[in-house]
Amino acid sequence: MKNATYILGIESSCDETAVAIVKDGKEIIANVVASQIESHKRFGGVVPEIASRHHVEQITIVLQEAMEQSGLTWDEIDAIAVTQGPGLVGALLIGVSAAKALAFAKHKPLVPVHHIAGHIYANRLLEELQFPLLALVVSGGHTELVLMKEHGQFELIGQTRDDAAGEAYDKVARMLDMPYPGGPQIDLLAAQGEENLTFPRAWLEQDSFDFSFSGLKSAVINTIHNAQQRGETLKKADIAASFQASVVEVLTEKTFNAAEKYQVKQVLIAGGVAANKGLRTSLENKFAGTGIPLLIPPIKFCTDNAAMIAAAGTIAYQQGRRAGLDLNANPSLPLQ
Amino acid sequence: MYILGLDTSNQLLGVAIMKDEQVIGEITTNIARNHSVRLMPAINQLMEDVDMKPEQLDKIVVAKGPGSYTGVRIGLTTAKTMAWALQIPVVGVSSLKVLGYQGKFFDGLICPFFDARRGRVYTGLYQWKDGNLEIVEDERNVAMEEWLKLLSSKEQKVLFLSPDMKKHQTTIETSMPSLAVIPDASAYQMANPSHLILAGENEANDSVYHITPNYLRLAEAEAKWLQAKENHANG
Ligand SMILES: [Zn+2]
Repeated sequence: MKNATYILGIESSCDETAVAIVKDGKEIIANVVASQIESHKRFGGVVPEIASRHHVEQITIVLQEAMEQSGLTWDEIDAIAVTQGPGLVGALLIGVSAAKALAFAKHKPLVPVHHIAGHIYANRLLEELQFPLLALVVSGGHTELVLMKEHGQFELIGQTRDDAAGEAYDKVARMLDMPYPGGPQIDLLAAQGEENLTFPRAWLEQDSFDFSFSGLKSAVINTIHNAQQRGETLKKADIAASFQASVVEVLTEKTFNAAEKYQVKQVLIAGGVAANKGLRTSLENKFAGTGIPLLIPPIKFCTDNAAMIAAAGTIAYQQGRRAGLDLNANPSLPLQ
Repeated sequence: MYILGLDTSNQLLGVAIMKDEQVIGEITTNIARNHSVRLMPAINQLMEDVDMKPEQLDKIVVAKGPGSYTGVRIGLTTAKTMAWALQIPVVGVSSLKVLGYQGKFFDGLICPFFDARRGRVYTGLYQWKDGNLEIVEDERNVAMEEWLKLLSSKEQKVLFLSPDMKKHQTTIETSMPSLAVIPDASAYQMANPSHLILAGENEANDSVYHITPNYLRLAEAEAKWLQAKENHANG
């Protein structure tokens, strides 16, 4: 009798071509990521056409490596899970096309997965989820607070009204002449600087869990320009520290308020910006002694990977979610 | 011996299956619809119609471009992933060459082309010799007017084949009034997925890992980057 569920996941929504196999939604059996970041660095950001070209070059290589790593046979794989969206449409299409071809050739069910559901479920690879839970999703494309009352149910309670947090990091990094990707660089620089510049915090309406970072971004630009006009040079580290303090404070406070309001049993951090040291420290301090467990996965689970897609795909598979061979990529797929 | 051919490199969507030299099924549509949504269902439908299972396939032939970047990638990703999963060979054939098969019985030069916008085309020059479609001028992305000058200089009859004929017919006829041969029915201007399989039979297998599209053009960002690098190097 077979008890375990093995799901093969495929992720290609941005600049990582990834395939993973996960057992029972919790245990990584294989995890392969081909990153394109070195190729995109020369352009100062991810170029969609270049990303698509790399995905098509990498997909079968990554599939083969994952199958070899797993030591499994096809008979043991229960289903193929794939990121349907959101993301870059041309990039998503490679994963979706490969997943459909596999599902057809190997007679496996096809399970569509939302990229953010994947980021949230990355946490389940480390610890069992307890509901209700709150997830703060922060990345180059996302700043969202998601409430989950049970497996596979996602309620968006807050989101950015303009820039994503990661986007703001990249833009400020560019102003400070730092190479792409800027987020990690600002984080490093901030640790060496002093928070001696006052940048705004966008709290929006009382009780709102939405975010806004465009005002902060403008404030940083203005501060740099004004200083230049006065012939002063600001320390880059101080700009980074002051900017990061504003982002981190808003993220921390809103997450904390939402956690209290919904009486959650867990708070999860997900997405690439979860790797940010400043954010981690601030959240850890805020939640220390509150009795609400805070889960922050190690960096390799925060950035895009396919283990998270297989993990989210396991629940979707168990709940009976299926896609037909007409599955299409959806670059603006809503979370539901 | 079962061979599957698939082509989503341009507007046409074509799927064909050949069993021991015999075409046993074909699905072709020539409408502006989403290849991503329709390709796998078409393959599934055709296999059901001819009563076969994926495991029975011995080879997959795919049109690898030039054409729509996204369309080319959908076909190629599907073909290489299926071939990898079934552990069978994959063969990529130039989409221009497939179109050239429409001129199998034409005694002269053959110019298949696809529109590449702003007066440019993806094209190449071929000729049938001893039952093989041989390349005479390498495939390229070129301004149509410049290309026609080269063709005129050969002073031979040229058969033009293209689903985008309407956009370029006047230019061709003006520039090569006595040498251009243009079939009048669109049925001759379309790539045929069974021809794709025939073409694939004469070519070496590709690696399921390393087969890549025949874009004939750098991504815009890369072209600019190379240009900037060159300018920098030249001082
Ligand atoms: Zn992501």
